[in-house]
Amino acid sequence: MKLTGLTAAIALCAGAAIANPISPSEIEFDEYGAVQASLSGAPGDAERGAEIMVTRSKGNCVACHAITALNDAPFHGEVGPTLDGIAGYRSAEELRGIVANAKMTFDGSVMPAFYKTSGFVRPGDGYTGKAAKEEDLTPILTAQEIEDVVAFLLTLKDG
Amino acid sequence: MKMKAMTALCATLALSAPLVMAGGADDDKMVINGETEMVTKTTAPAHMENVSEIMSGWHFRSDETQALQLDDFDNPGMIFVDQALDAWNTVEGSAEKACASCHEGPESMKGVRAVYPKWNADAGEMRTLAMQINDCRENQMGAEKYKYDSVPMASMEALISVQSRGMPVNVAIDGEAAPYWEAGKELYYTRTGQLELSCANCHEDNYGNYIRADHLSQGQINGFPVYRLKNAKLNTAHGRFKGCVRDTRAETYSPGSPEFVALELYVASRGNGLSVEGPSVRN
Ligand code: HEC
Ligand code: HEC
Ligand code: HEC
Repeated sequence: MKLTGLTAAIALCAGAAIANPISPSEIEFDEYGAVQASLSGAPGDAERGAEIMVTRSKGNCVACHAITALNDAPFHGEVGPTLDGIAGYRSAEELRGIVANAKMTFDGSVMPAFYKTSGFVRPGDGYTGKAAKEEDLTPILTAQEIEDVVAFLLTLKDG
Repeated sequence: MKMKAMTALCATLALSAPLVMAGGADDDKMVINGETEMVTKTTAPAHMENVSEIMSGWHFRSDETQALQLDDFDNPGMIFVDQALDAWNTVEGSAEKACASCHEGPESMKGVRAVYPKWNADAGEMRTLAMQINDCRENQMGAEKYKYDSVPMASMEALISVQSRGMPVNVAIDGEAAPYWEAGKELYYTRTGQLELSCANCHEDNYGNYIRADHLSQGQINGFPVYRLKNAKLNTAHGRFKGCVRDTRAETYSPGSPEFVALELYVASRGNGLSVEGPSVRN
């Protein structure tokens, strides 16, 4: 109990202290795939998070997940589970880890890693089909966008 | 159509239970022109490890799209077949020959589509139907090759495919074909691009599921070339592969590349037993 409180406190301090976002190569996952500190150092904006989740070129989370709160966006997929009520059983830290790189939580998951820039096979330059140099790759979502998505997920309390 | 309407319905009703949609393939029967009965579902070939039943992509399309394939007067792909028939009879190239000069009518091509890609011993290469067509154009006719995934190529493939319509796909994967098949299989299971998705992630693990508005099929190629309502033309299998790889945010391979030739052999073999459908109709 004490330990968790302490970790949370450290995380909070770390979050406040870091001016620059944590880069994809610096991000640290715990043994369950969770990420303690805010990637951007700033709190997330849930409304922007909702927007990112339905935007094809951004999160496009509804491609695979049904989310009742986002029903204004048409066509929710069914490759992944519904995210209704996710905040009831997942913490901010767990959600941050899942959105940043779900494979650290779910081994071999089909869910793409949204905050990763290396270790890909034939990475492309966006959706052009052309090659990208690994050093030019940016994560699919920025540090702040990850935080925004996590903030929105934390509003999904009833399911 | 039923499925889309249901998605919309599910989306408007608040979902209380965990989402398990009765996705999957429908049970419709395909009979072309009221006479040719097609095998669109059958037991998977022995070499397939994770799938027990193979299914045509037709089963995953809306009723309206499905209907377009049932009658040649409705099938927009047949217009391209007619164009290819003209090309078949047209003299081209330095040898002043047409396909018809050596092959007589296109009926002589019965059974050909079903067994391609096929090992060509003389040339010592794995040949797709497109490669064979271009080989005849270049070396038998002295004519210019068709661009690999062009409309004239897709049309000629359609003319040749339709001669085998209803026959079971039966590509050989042993002997000289084995290393190509292995290479194709490797590609099928490789997770590419920034999304790190393999063909299998979508077409083996998730067929029957919706991914956004798209109802995922098994990604079979027994229906190629395919008339797509989306781009209103005939599309080659390699054109489709390219689009699917690109959608994983990956660098694609080129149509006609050795990688896609191997992949075509492998994907075709996953459809061994399904009827040749080309030209089929998809959205
Ligand atoms: C290609 C499909 C796909 C996309 C796109 C996708 N996910 Fe997922 N997601 C999955 C699957 C499948 C799982 C289930 C975990 C597993 O077994 O792999 C999952 C699991 C999750 C979970 C954990 C659910 C739980 O019950 O613990 C969360 C949270 C989540 N995804 C959020 C997101 C968010 C947010 C986005 C967009 C930024 C997103 N996903 C995009 C496929 C996807
Ligand atoms: C000068 C004669 C000649 C012309 C013209 C010609 N071909 Fe051929 N074609 C052949 C021969 C000979 C073979 C067998 C070659 C082999 O097996 O390697 C063949 C084989 C084929 C095959 C493979 C058949 C099988 O059973 O595997 C196809 C398909 C084909 N030709 C299509 C065409 C098309 C389409 C055209 C016109 C664009 C064409 N050919 C023009 C001589 C010709
Ligand atoms: C992100 C998911 C995804 C991945 C990965 C993917 N595809 Fe597809 N593919 C689709 C969708 C969506 C369609 C259109 C609906 C359908 O038929 O499944 C499609 C269609 C196809 C079709 C047309 C099927 C028909 O009946 O007309 C073929 C063939 C195909 N894919 C092959 C492949 C191959 C080979 C790979 C790997 C190189 C691949 N796909 C990777 C999503 C994917």
